[in-house]
Amino acid sequence: MTESSAKPDASVSARILALLVEVAPDVDPQSVRPEKNFREQFDFDSMDTFSLAAAIHTSFGIDIPERDYRQLASLDKCTAYVAAKLAKP
Amino acid sequence: MPSLGADMVAGTLVEWRIKPGASVRHGDVVALIDTEKGIIDIESFEDGIVEKLVVQPGTRVPVGATLAFFQGEPSAPQAAGPMQAAGPPTPAPPTAAPPAAARGGKRISPAARAKARELGVDVQGIEGTGPQGAVTLSDVERAAAGVRAAAPAAKDRSGMRNAIAASMSRSKREIPHYYLQLAVDLRAALDWLETFNASRPVPERLLTAVLFNKAAARAAAERPGFNGYFGPRGFEPASSVHLGVAIALRGGGLVAPAILNAEQKPLPVLMRELQDLVTRVRAGHMRGSEIASATITVTSLGDEGVDIVYPIIHPPQVAIIGFGSVVERPWAVDGRIEARPIVNVTLAADHRVTDGRVGAQFLARIRDLLMQPADL
Repeated sequence: MTESSAKPDASVSARILALLVEVAPDVDPQSVRPEKNFREQFDFDSMDTFSLAAAIHTSFGIDIPERDYRQLASLDKCTAYVAAKLAKP
Repeated sequence: MPSLGADMVAGTLVEWRIKPGASVRHGDVVALIDTEKGIIDIESFEDGIVEKLVVQPGTRVPVGATLAFFQGEPSAPQAAGPMQAAGPPTPAPPTAAPPAAARGGKRISPAARAKARELGVDVQGIEGTGPQGAVTLSDVERAAAGVRAAAPAAKDRSGMRNAIAASMSRSKREIPHYYLQLAVDLRAALDWLETFNASRPVPERLLTAVLFNKAAARAAAERPGFNGYFGPRGFEPASSVHLGVAIALRGGGLVAPAILNAEQKPLPVLMRELQDLVTRVRAGHMRGSEIASATITVTSLGDEGVDIVYPIIHPPQVAIIGFGSVVERPWAVDGRIEARPIVNVTLAADHRVTDGRVGAQFLARIRDLLMQPADL
């Protein structure tokens, strides 16, 4: 990862973390391990995934088809997904 | 102190959300009460002016005790009287619930709140470092390091475990359960759902669970032998369906607050209310009117991958419906075998009230409703 791309991704990741805590307020943000699946870490269920997808859609203004929900399985995966969507013209 | 369940004998006032002289409207949250089911938002059952707060935070008081005195609004004069709060079996009329994020008060996770109580730290005095100023566990621990306060007794989920144990033991002891199971082909429902969701942005989409909830609520409304309470005078059917939804808490524990009048609500409304309910429950913001008013309950363990749920009735209710995972199975259609998405729907019902035959009809009605999703 280059320095120029690291900064926007870090900002995207921080925004997603804030959204995660908003939709799952019982998750302590300091305990989130970015590489680990939400399901393993926090017993995420289909409602959690839906709520996070909805929050990301609203916050970043990107479309997220249902088949893409599985790409939102961890903070790192969410960040990569959103960054890729934002990079597209 | 309102009763927030058949087994509740007392509750502890955690904090007041009102002050003497404040104007309160029906449905406003006036206090937080700590019960075995967690911390519950207690709503006012009437309009009025707060005259006096009788109970101090930290005090454990029995059900029925007066918490505060209200004075009626000048426009509707009435003598000062004790505060009433919503309780079963006549819940407050349904109103659209604001999303958890839009609610007032300090943002704090249940874990941090529990730790703050354990350490005797006032959360209002803590500056949160989490997203949007939320108070985190670390914030509480930092604050506690600088505060020497008399810590109240620590509380963990063992209280909730005890409450579940008491309720389920009573159920197995008193209620003669019978169980029925029906495999339902969801092809029509899932095709309809895919089309519905494809044309909508994420926040307006539906989850399969909402179809399950609506079908269960409609069937319960049509067959009152499954919807109501069993009390000292026998079975008393409810006039509408307040659908209890079993929600697992992270780290253990379970609550089943109700979506009020679920049989009357369109699917998008049910979806919004379910999402709001799950978020609030996990944030520790259940309302008194939700926690004690369910007339029948639905439990879904589909996310956990189990095929079939054999649920236990929540007394004083008389039925509970279980949904397992939706899984592709070989299914006979017009003499051929096809792969179809199948869900096993179970009914546990009280044999003092209904028999297997009407139970079978009840499950068949849920199946028929799921096979006509556009009419839900």
